[in-house]
Amino acid sequence: MKTFKIGGVHPAENKLSADQPIREAQLPKQAIFSMFQHIGAPANAVVKKGDMVKVGTLLGEAGGFVSAPIYSSVSGKVNKVDVALDASGLRRMAVYVDVDGDEWEESIDRSSTLVKLSDRPELDSKTIIEKVKNAGIVGMGGATFPCHVKLSPPPGCKAECVIINAVECEPYLTADHRLMLEHPEEIIVGLQLIMKAVDVKKGYIGIENNKPDAIKLMTEKAKGYKGVEIVPLKVKYPQGGEKQLIDAVIGRQVPAPPAIPINVGAVVQNVGTAFAIYQAVMKNKPLIDRIITVTGKSVKQPSNLLARLGTPLQQLIDECGGLPEDTGKIIGGGPMMGKALLSLDVPMTKGSSGLLIMRQDEAKRAEAAPCIRCAKCVNACPMGLEPYLLAKVSELRDWDAAEHEGITSCIECGSCQFTCPSHRPLLDYIRLGKSTVMGIIKSRK
Amino acid sequence: MNVILIAVCVLGLIGLASAVILFVVSHKFAVHEDPRIAQVGAVLPQANCGGCGYPGCSGFAAACVKAANEGSLEGKLCPVGGQPVMEQVAGILGMTVEATAPKVAVVRCNGSCENRPRLVKFDGVQSCKVQQMIGMGETGCSYGCYGCGDCVASCKFGAIHINPVTLLPEVDEDKCTACGACAKACPRQIIEVRLKGPKNRRMVVLCNNKDKGAIANKWCKASCIGCGKCQKVCEKFEAITVTKNLAYIDAEKCKLCRKCEEACPKGAIHAINMPPRKPKTEEPAAQKTPSIQNTPTQNVEPSKAE
Repeated sequence: MKTFKIGGVHPAENKLSADQPIREAQLPKQAIFSMFQHIGAPANAVVKKGDMVKVGTLLGEAGGFVSAPIYSSVSGKVNKVDVALDASGLRRMAVYVDVDGDEWEESIDRSSTLVKLSDRPELDSKTIIEKVKNAGIVGMGGATFPCHVKLSPPPGCKAECVIINAVECEPYLTADHRLMLEHPEEIIVGLQLIMKAVDVKKGYIGIENNKPDAIKLMTEKAKGYKGVEIVPLKVKYPQGGEKQLIDAVIGRQVPAPPAIPINVGAVVQNVGTAFAIYQAVMKNKPLIDRIITVTGKSVKQPSNLLARLGTPLQQLIDECGGLPEDTGKIIGGGPMMGKALLSLDVPMTKGSSGLLIMRQDEAKRAEAAPCIRCAKCVNACPMGLEPYLLAKVSELRDWDAAEHEGITSCIECGSCQFTCPSHRPLLDYIRLGKSTVMGIIKSRK
Repeated sequence: MNVILIAVCVLGLIGLASAVILFVVSHKFAVHEDPRIAQVGAVLPQANCGGCGYPGCSGFAAACVKAANEGSLEGKLCPVGGQPVMEQVAGILGMTVEATAPKVAVVRCNGSCENRPRLVKFDGVQSCKVQQMIGMGETGCSYGCYGCGDCVASCKFGAIHINPVTLLPEVDEDKCTACGACAKACPRQIIEVRLKGPKNRRMVVLCNNKDKGAIANKWCKASCIGCGKCQKVCEKFEAITVTKNLAYIDAEKCKLCRKCEEACPKGAIHAINMPPRKPKTEEPAAQKTPSIQNTPTQNVEPSKAE
């Protein structure tokens, strides 16, 4: 079975909510829409206090090419435009909407009938990209990179295939898995739309082997669509990393930065993004909701919730049985790459793929011991780096050495720290080194 | 005998030729270094702290000599040696230096454990820069001190340490040379190198919070809320400005009248090294101060993520 070639680890899967069907979360009383839900320039709020909005009303317009607009996911009255705490721990501009009823913009098609690409022959590449751009779609796997940028390859690059990332290699998370089981054909149509947008004939959907039901269903459904192939993959973290997935599916290696996947002819999109693209193009629905896994070993009811963006995370936890007594950490995202949250007043954003509640005993970091030079981290690194060395030079603030050792190639997957028998905080230091070196490189230009 | 004579002659000729070559080369490729650079270098403290903005003391010495050749030592200051050293440097170079007021590093945060309760515990690497990348730290204030001591690590003079009770850095004024290394190390720009002031007395706003008043007030008892009361009482000297919800006292304009300290409803303005205030005879002011300082902070929420 296919997988990527260098490194990787296999943490305990803990997919507690894998057989929980997606259910709709309740509407919040007040929704908070951060203007920073994507990488790139923040959106600029276009509403003001007292404005009435519906589901699908534009709240913030894109602040540049690498940016995305923000739409309201609820109907009601704008309470204020002010700073709000977001998952990154910063206070940034946001629009607060007091929810009143559930009125949708008329342009949105809310029926569940499947619209195939053959039903809409008039769609061409330009229209699709334009619609994706206007719908505010970003990478839904968590990186939140504006989607239309990836669909518009830079001059001189030509896409050869589209790869849908349905790997969900993070432990605990099951949102993508459930999405595939419940909306298989919509995802495939979404893939076809991406293929059309970048003008390629071949599309792959990479699924890890721990989701046999999804592989079976998708393979069955894909038979009716030309050029779509389901690729089962061996279970290994971080297979969901863009570069690792390209290696696993088509066997090509993306060179070190500044090279990007399009340089080897691949366009990678998350399965959630494919679904959002389907909804945006075929149903005219902007990105206003997403599936989020709320899980944890002591959570009463681990669930996959279809929640509106802007819903406070506290409410999502309440719907899954409330915050357990022995909570040690609350993590936005999965356990490997997610970020511990400071507060539950933080609203859900476009990149919220999961909410993991760790028990106190799980959350506690083991005390770091000295490095014993076992080189387990070197074996685990999917980018072929030497994490122990990068961490050390970053600790000693030797930024030249860090750059020379390729710290900017690090994808911050955390495999090194996960595998370290001495529990050294490798990633903390590498992140520090990487961000500093990136700053230095930027300042040189 | 003949052999010895030949050897002596040959070696003598080689020696002579080498001496000629060395003489010519040493004149032709001579690098002229101003002897004053070494002289200036000798009076510098040799701490190589970089506080002057040059890479070490020899770099600063060269820059001083170059500046002297151009006619003025303006803008050149060794913060470690201060005025006495600069006078020596000027003496060597035959110049004069204007008197510069000594400076000191000031930590502009008073978010002690009591004033600013910790909401969560950060269990990663104890470094301010690492915390900065991850988020807003352990408290609700997104501008205050992390308390991990990057400034302590950066100080070459052992002049700064973390107070174990308040978890805030404290500057030892006698040891501080105002080199500015701590100010550069602080990822939140909390430390400012300010004028020491007459008799080391100065007024400082001990807060760096640029959030709106309500948010700043919610998370820290000692925060500046940008109300502007201090600015009003300082109309005469115009030393205080409020930008982005944060008051700032211009040390050069400040006359140490202490009116702002009195006016601040949050006690964010501190008079440093000043004698304790004499009890006021006027009633209103005396009444005002205690009631203000006990302003209850709004619902400081208990830790949710902890």
